[in-house]
Amino acid sequence: MPKLTIDGVEIEVAPGTSVLQACEQLGIEVPRFCYHERLSVPANCRMCLVEVERSPKPVASCAMPCGEGMVVKTNTETVHKARKGVMEFLLINHPLDCPICDQGGECDLQDQAVAYGFDRGRFSENKRSIKDKNLGPLIKTYMTRCIHCTRCIRFMDEIAGVSALGALNRGEHMEITPALEAGVASELSGNLVDVCPVGALTSKPYAYTARPWELRKTETIDVMDAVGANIRVDTRGPEVMRVNPRLHEDVNEEWISDKTRYSHDGLKRQRLDRPYVRGDDGKLRQASWAEAFAAIRAKLSGLNGSQIAAIAGDLVDAESALALKELMLGLGSPNLECRQDGAKFDVSQRSGYVMNTTIAGLEQADVVLLVGTNPRWEAPLVNARIRKGYLAGKVKKVAVIGQNFDLTYPTEYLGIGGEVLSALAAGTHPFAETLRTAKNPVIIVGMGAFRRADGAAVQAAARALAVSVGAVREDWNGFNVLHTAAGRVGALDVGFVPHQGGRDLDGILEGCRTGEIQAVYLLGADEIPGEAFGNAFVVYQGHHGDRGAHRADVILPGAAFTEKAATYVNTEGRVQQTRLAVFPLGEAREDWKIVRALSAELGQTLPYDTLGQVRARLVQVNPVFGAVDRLVPSVWAEFGQSGAIGGGHFVSPIENFYMTDPISRASVTMAKCTEAFIKPALPAVAAE
Amino acid sequence: MALLDRTARGLFLTELVKGMALTFSYMFKPRVTINYPYERGPISPRFRGEHALRRYPNGEERCIACKLCEAVCPALAITIEAEPREDGSRRTTRYDIDMTKCIYCGLCQEACPVDAIVEGPNLEFATETREELFYNKEKLLANGDRWEAQLAANIAADAPYR
Repeated sequence: MPKLTIDGVEIEVAPGTSVLQACEQLGIEVPRFCYHERLSVPANCRMCLVEVERSPKPVASCAMPCGEGMVVKTNTETVHKARKGVMEFLLINHPLDCPICDQGGECDLQDQAVAYGFDRGRFSENKRSIKDKNLGPLIKTYMTRCIHCTRCIRFMDEIAGVSALGALNRGEHMEITPALEAGVASELSGNLVDVCPVGALTSKPYAYTARPWELRKTETIDVMDAVGANIRVDTRGPEVMRVNPRLHEDVNEEWISDKTRYSHDGLKRQRLDRPYVRGDDGKLRQASWAEAFAAIRAKLSGLNGSQIAAIAGDLVDAESALALKELMLGLGSPNLECRQDGAKFDVSQRSGYVMNTTIAGLEQADVVLLVGTNPRWEAPLVNARIRKGYLAGKVKKVAVIGQNFDLTYPTEYLGIGGEVLSALAAGTHPFAETLRTAKNPVIIVGMGAFRRADGAAVQAAARALAVSVGAVREDWNGFNVLHTAAGRVGALDVGFVPHQGGRDLDGILEGCRTGEIQAVYLLGADEIPGEAFGNAFVVYQGHHGDRGAHRADVILPGAAFTEKAATYVNTEGRVQQTRLAVFPLGEAREDWKIVRALSAELGQTLPYDTLGQVRARLVQVNPVFGAVDRLVPSVWAEFGQSGAIGGGHFVSPIENFYMTDPISRASVTMAKCTEAFIKPALPAVAAE
Repeated sequence: MALLDRTARGLFLTELVKGMALTFSYMFKPRVTINYPYERGPISPRFRGEHALRRYPNGEERCIACKLCEAVCPALAITIEAEPREDGSRRTTRYDIDMTKCIYCGLCQEACPVDAIVEGPNLEFATETREELFYNKEKLLANGDRWEAQLAANIAADAPYR
């Protein structure tokens, strides 16, 4: 433990800590451009120079490890002179175009130039100018502004795991260049905008539209995948201008996926802003809330409970799931289902459907088995964690059952179907031995493995495998389920699943076909084709005119995740709450309030009127909702349904990373991404 | 003695005579009143009158939508919306000034990095309706075109002091 003195204050730090990190621990700010705490240290910007006693020159603090007895000074004349010199060199080739630069107002270079900049230029030669590069539809480049910190190259290599950027030439002629002309094909590429300390890489959809000082910032939670990334929604007036990540070490660190960052323009399109009722002519027409409720009451009053069903979608918050569940039970219907993708698994134990290892815990794993999942698309930040563990040397082996994807780290491919999992569970497969000898084995089962008739058996087999290889111990639980929908775990925790004698998804759709189910309530469920509902009366409550609204007989306009204070539970079982960033559109209302109002109309008034009361009821129903942002370890118990597993393939439910839900399907940016990144990768179809 | 002095001054109407003398002396000085609006007094190059958006000599609008004027405006009179123009350059799609809110402090022209928004010498822009005082980009650019010669001269005249 080296002990050193910084600006007269003595501090003891862990071995290997750099001087810059030690300064940070003391709260001393050291300017830097190339240093980023999550990336490797190249020490090429030279901005973090500090004075160290007995050193002939100022040293770059980011790359200098703390030594015993070091005496560091960060605030001397020499240090300032050195930093001013560095700043002058950086500004030699940097254009003075802050007024038209999107980074203006939140630019590291701008801020530090205020502190260390010279108030005039002494450089009278021509400035360097570089041609802009095409980095795809998300990243706008202005390469003349680049200060060659190489953060973007290191981010792509280390975090995103796609070596898509590199540097050509050297010195003044250095250029950051994409390896391919097509752009940066990574689902984490949007983070380049945050990583870039100047305006060389900026957000293309956000270009020139707003300034950081005119945005209202709301800290909330993302719902594009089941990771529950912490985000900050920047709004101007009624419009969401951009989405930025927020630091949460246990969930998303400081990264978010491109879908999270760029799909918000979908919130402006195809929105439902007023109730609709399908008239006798089969056309939807605008209606008032009273008319919509009356139409529902007219239909439901003649039905008994078993003829009604409710399906909750992927973006459903826990409050509205609870309200709808209690309304349906009040109406006598046990037909509740929140797994609209048809996944089948036993939900009796929480440990059977959450990520028990936790996302941060994945860094401690040494052998990872992925079953029927493509984490790179289903949860990019989970994939980034596995890659982080792999880079740190902790994760030594990753094996895949299911489709074989490029996951940005080497994997061992075991097979595509259920028979491999059966063999593993039985211990006859050679990889079972690898898992057994591992210290912290991890098994991640994705929805691809559950979306089949024998899903519960797959779950049981995965559980048996986890137990047999010692993945479940007092101090370690390596059984994980990776969800794809943000609202799924919350709805499961609420108990939005078939009750005693109730039908599951297949049962409900079968009932619709045979006429045993007369009415279906879709709470934001958009993934089921409209024909599947037969002649049933469909009520759709949601925020986008997507598949569900298309089929609906009555549409109730709900609020999107940026427009309500709601509770979501991520795939590891972490309860998090969104905040209202903008108000719901037009006549749309928060979803639980709609259900509450409808319940009064149907004579089954729910006993809560305020958000506080709903949340209190949530805690009553399931105590985990009381622990906001605190992980409650789930009790390990028996779950799953033992049985033979068929040999069918495990197919990941996501075909297109950029379009998985009503919001991203309505987004123009996501459509452009699909065009740029997904379509070229698909096998070419011959023209007819 | 003081009493005598005061009485003598009162008796000889010296104060009145002094006052009248001053008044009459103005008869021999040049007139200060002018026959407005046919005659006008001089206006400083720094005069802060009606706003205008200027153009470059080649006709390109100067404003680059940096929004500094909007940010600095203490009366929140300026509203700007921007997006990339077809050629990729940063331009406003909307530039509104609510002249009824404006306090003519001149901070917008101080903040402008490209001398686009300026307060010109025009002070005669009273209107019959309130709505006419909500200036949009078109109106401001038209102002700029109309007053350009004088605006440029004013900026040039003030340049040595900046």
